[in-house]
Amino acid sequence: MTGELGFIVNDLMPALMRGLWMSIRLIVPSAVLGFFLGVLAGSCRVYGVRALRWPADLYVALFRGFPLLVQLYIWYFGLPRIGIYLSPYVASVVGFSLCSGAYHSEYIRGALLSIKKGQLQAAQAVGMTRLQTILYVILPQAVRRALPGCGNEIIYLIKYSSLAYMVTCIELTGEGKIIASATFKYTEVFAVVGVIYLALVSVASWALGKIEDRLTIPGFEYHRA
Amino acid sequence: MTTATDSAPVLTVEGIRKSFGNKEILGGVDLSIRRGEIKVLIGPSGAGKSTLLQSINFLVMPDAGRICLEGRPVDPSDRKGLCLYRQQVGMIFQEFNLFDHLTALGNVEIGLVRVKKMKRSQARERAMAELERVGLGVHAHKYPAELSGGQKQRVSIARALALDPKVMLLDEPTSALDPELIGEVHAVIRDLGAAGMTMIMATHQIGFARALADEIIFMENGVVIEQGPPDKILDDADCERTREFCTKITELGGR
Repeated sequence: MTGELGFIVNDLMPALMRGLWMSIRLIVPSAVLGFFLGVLAGSCRVYGVRALRWPADLYVALFRGFPLLVQLYIWYFGLPRIGIYLSPYVASVVGFSLCSGAYHSEYIRGALLSIKKGQLQAAQAVGMTRLQTILYVILPQAVRRALPGCGNEIIYLIKYSSLAYMVTCIELTGEGKIIASATFKYTEVFAVVGVIYLALVSVASWALGKIEDRLTIPGFEYHRA
Repeated sequence: MTTATDSAPVLTVEGIRKSFGNKEILGGVDLSIRRGEIKVLIGPSGAGKSTLLQSINFLVMPDAGRICLEGRPVDPSDRKGLCLYRQQVGMIFQEFNLFDHLTALGNVEIGLVRVKKMKRSQARERAMAELERVGLGVHAHKYPAELSGGQKQRVSIARALALDPKVMLLDEPTSALDPELIGEVHAVIRDLGAAGMTMIMATHQIGFARALADEIIFMENGVVIEQGPPDKILDDADCERTREFCTKITELGGR
C-alpha cells in the first residue's frame, strides 16, 4: 500500500494505537479517582463540620480556578523544586483526578442538596449516626441523581486528557503531534486523531448509559428524550 | 377505659420549650405516658403537636426541658446515647419518609443491619415478619415509588416496629393519605394498640382518636390546654376553647 492510505495504515495507526492505549491508561484511573474525590469533597461541603467544609471549599475553588494546564505544569515542572519528582504519567493522573474531582464535587453537591430533609430525619429516627445516614441513605440517592452530570465530566476528561502531552506524557494527541511535525500531514493526522476521540467518547457515553440503567430504580428514572 | 397501671412512666417530658427565631412554638409542655397507654394530641395546625413529637425524638432540639425514658434522662449531646435512645422511640412521619432507594424490605432491614448490627439473613427474616404483620409481605420487593400512600405508611410502621421500640410517636400518620387509604393505616395502628404498644399520636381524625385513646391532650399555641379521657375532652370539656375546637372538629369528622 502506498500513498495516503499507506501512510495512515503503516505509519500513523501503529503510533496512534500506542497513544490511544496511553490515553486510556490516563482516563480510566483519573475518572475513577476524580469521581471518588468529588463524592468526598461534595459530602464534606454539604454535610461536613466546619473543619472539613472549608478545606473542601478551598480545594474546589483552587482546582476549578487554575487552568488545568497550569496545574499540570505545577505537578510536573514545579514540584521538583521542592524535591518531589513525578513521572509524566503520574503527574498527569494526579492533575486530571484533582481537577476532575473539583468539578464532580459540584454535581454531587447539587444532588445532595436535592435530597429531601425527611430522608435525613427518618435515618436519624431509626438511630443512625450522621456518617451512617450519609453513607447508607443520602449518598446512594444523591449519586443516582448526580450521574448524568458526572458522566458529562468524564466526557470532558476524555478530551482534556490530551493535555498530558504538554508534560511529556505521550498519549494519543502527543503521538499525532510527533508524526504531524515530522511529515507535515497535519490535516490527515488530526482528522484521524479526532475520529478516535469521537469513538472514545461514544463508547464512554454508551457505557455511562449502561451504568445509569443498572442503577435505575423506580423513583429514580431518567426519562431520556 | 384506661389501661394505666401502677408502673412508673415509660416516657416523661418535662417543661419542653422551643422557639424558632422570635416565635415560640412550645411554651413548656409536660407529658408522661405509662406502658401500654395511648395518648392522642389534638389541636389546630400550628399548635405545636408536630414540634412536640419531633422534640421528643430530638429531631428538633428543644431549647429547654427534660425527657426521660424509663426514668433515665436523655442527654442529646451524647451522640451515641442519642442514637440508642432513638432506636427505642419509633417515629412515624406524616409524609412517611421511606428511604426512596430501598425496597419495602430494605427499608425495614436497614435499621437492623446498620444500627443493630444484626446479620443480614436474620435481619431479612425479622423485616419480612414485620412486613407481614402490617399486611405487606407480598409487596416486600417493591420500591416506595411503586407503593400507595397507605402502603408506604404501613412500611414505615414496620420499619419502626422492627427496632422493638418502647414508645411510638405518630405525627398525623394519615393526614397525607387519600381518604379511602386511611382505613388500612388505622387498622394497623389499632392492632398495635391492642398488642399493648405505648403510643403518642397527633391526629385530626377525631373518631379514631375517641376509639383508640386512653387520654386526649388538647394543645394550642404551644401549650397543653386540657387533657383527659376522650369522652370528657370531646363532649364535655371544662375549657371553653377546648369545647369550641372539639365541637367544630366533631361536626366535621363525626363521632
